[in-house]
Amino acid sequence: MVGPPVKLHEYQAKSVLARAGIPVPPGKLALTPDEAASAARELAAPVAVKAQVHVGGRGKAGGIKLARSPEEAHEAARSILGMDIKGLRVEKVYVERAAKVRSELYLGVTVDRDRRRPVVMLSTVGGMDIEQVASEQPEKIARGWPDPRLGLLPFEARRLCFEAGVPPEQVNEVAGVAEKLYEVFRRTDAMLLEINPLFIQEDGSVVAGDAKLDVDDNALFRETELAKWKEVTADEQLEERARQLGFSYVQLDGDVGVIGNGAGLVMSTLDAVRLAGGKAANFLDVGGGAKEAVVKAALEIVLSNARVRSVLINIFGGITRGDEVARGIIAVIKEHPPRVPLVIRLSGTEAEAGRKILRGAPLVSRDTMDDAAAEAVRLARESRAGAEAVAKKK
Amino acid sequence: MSVLLDGRTKVVIQGLGREGRFHAARMKEYGTQVVGGTSPGAGGTQRDGIPMFDTLAAAVDATGANASLIFVPAGGAGDAILEAIDAQLGLVVCITEGIPVHDMLTVAAVLAEAPSTTLIGPNCPGAISPGKCKMGIMPAENFSQGAIGFVSRSGTLTYEIADLLTRAGLGQSTCLGIGGDPIIGLPTPDAVRLLNEDPATEAIVIVGEIGGSAEEKAAEYMRAFGKKRAVAFIAGRSAPPGKRMGHAGAIVSGNSGTAESKVKAFEDAGIPVANAPSEIPAMVKAALRR
Repeated sequence: MVGPPVKLHEYQAKSVLARAGIPVPPGKLALTPDEAASAARELAAPVAVKAQVHVGGRGKAGGIKLARSPEEAHEAARSILGMDIKGLRVEKVYVERAAKVRSELYLGVTVDRDRRRPVVMLSTVGGMDIEQVASEQPEKIARGWPDPRLGLLPFEARRLCFEAGVPPEQVNEVAGVAEKLYEVFRRTDAMLLEINPLFIQEDGSVVAGDAKLDVDDNALFRETELAKWKEVTADEQLEERARQLGFSYVQLDGDVGVIGNGAGLVMSTLDAVRLAGGKAANFLDVGGGAKEAVVKAALEIVLSNARVRSVLINIFGGITRGDEVARGIIAVIKEHPPRVPLVIRLSGTEAEAGRKILRGAPLVSRDTMDDAAAEAVRLARESRAGAEAVAKKK
Repeated sequence: MSVLLDGRTKVVIQGLGREGRFHAARMKEYGTQVVGGTSPGAGGTQRDGIPMFDTLAAAVDATGANASLIFVPAGGAGDAILEAIDAQLGLVVCITEGIPVHDMLTVAAVLAEAPSTTLIGPNCPGAISPGKCKMGIMPAENFSQGAIGFVSRSGTLTYEIADLLTRAGLGQSTCLGIGGDPIIGLPTPDAVRLLNEDPATEAIVIVGEIGGSAEEKAAEYMRAFGKKRAVAFIAGRSAPPGKRMGHAGAIVSGNSGTAESKVKAFEDAGIPVANAPSEIPAMVKAALRR
């Protein structure tokens, strides 16, 4: 199963960068205002107090504050800890000695799908959302596509610096950071590694202002150190549990639960629900060759979402067998009759046997994906209308 | 005719373990020449009547194979692909799911210097030229021989659409299940180009997904060089941005990879886009009449 990339916090990413020899400001993690104050004392304020959450735009949301004294650091940490940033609660802050900033750069490495190469990007427009710069001022970003077998070569790094317009006296240092950053990108199986902003300080030295490192979930088997940093947020918990059970689940905001086999088929099923005028409550791909137990667990996860008013099961058997799917559904119905109607479409391998098993069970069967989607949407709408009528009477 | 695989294709299975054996048997039933298997240490033995070799080089030497099908688990699959490129095979199909992206970056760099090898996948159902050769895990009964070229990033959805085409009397020349990963060997535009130049293909069905810009590039190619009628379908039109829909490659981030941009690119190239798979057969028939 494909998982989302594992995101590291700034303080974790910076510790990786520091070990690779990239300059980062001295800093300490703090879980309480008192810890933040003593960190500020130790680091010799002024310091920046920064929320450690896996979401962009924390600065705009008030998650980064400058503190000129330990008292101010205490106050800043008190206001940031427990703060809600885009639905995520701040549990820890990173206290870092404030840089003396002359100018800001952007430096990042990611995967260029079209070129099938790593791409290194450098821009003198630092501190901004790079996607925004890319769409509004693409000429402000210098790009290089190193050979993954060679890494970012010194001449490539220098060329990027000159193309981006880095001041000549900083070129050697910035190029050095870029080479090291590429090496970290390679070694950590990163999908994205960026320093934004990369500060040029008043004394001309270069230091990483922020760091973002997303690691390929498929490579965690060889990234034992980074794997232990994997965090599962509250709203990712269902998705993580699904992954452990062997299927892929993504929560959405509609009321028609969807189960299918194969990512493309499930995506098409979600589209069919929308074409029929409904909205899917989730994406759930049971994967290839799902057995009875997996189907049962999948149906239970979908039904555990209180918003779900009908469930659409769309199986085109290849490796997955219709009779296995049918047995999983029957197992759930027997244990606890579902509170919402089930609509099923079985086709392909052992579909006939599956339909036989389901005969007499309390569910609706349809022959095509379109018909099944239309029926599931109709049933969800009926249930919604019923619920609204009851609510009105009250 | 067909592209990439036909009756002359001789296949070695790399990683002939439990899953590989199941599918090797299905492929032999279908008539595919499965001439050998590799598994380090198994050289000199036989598995289900298939001669085994320790290395791919030895298998190719002994059998004259020109293609390989890879079932090696994710951690070693990148290496298996490199071994196949090193053996100078014309066609390599990698079924394995979950290969680290960095392994595929290395594969892509080596592949770019090996123009005689075509890689299909990874994370794909494989390829089939119905009636001639099947290299993959697709249920063969949904496919039939004919003149429709078919390329798809999805697995099961490919079976669904092949079944719809077959029931409508639209047989296929070659179906290429190219895979759902961010880095794949034969991206949509390259697959479309092969089908566009295949004399046995009269029309092309292009099944894409949200994420990346391969569909836009394929549309651009067809606008400039299209010799065949084409019909497209994009899965994931209702998917919200930032959510990864099962495939590592299927994600809308920022402005890139949206269904709207893909639909528009196809329509600008004169390629109609189906709203649902069920519309595809009638649209193909209409395109052939035009």
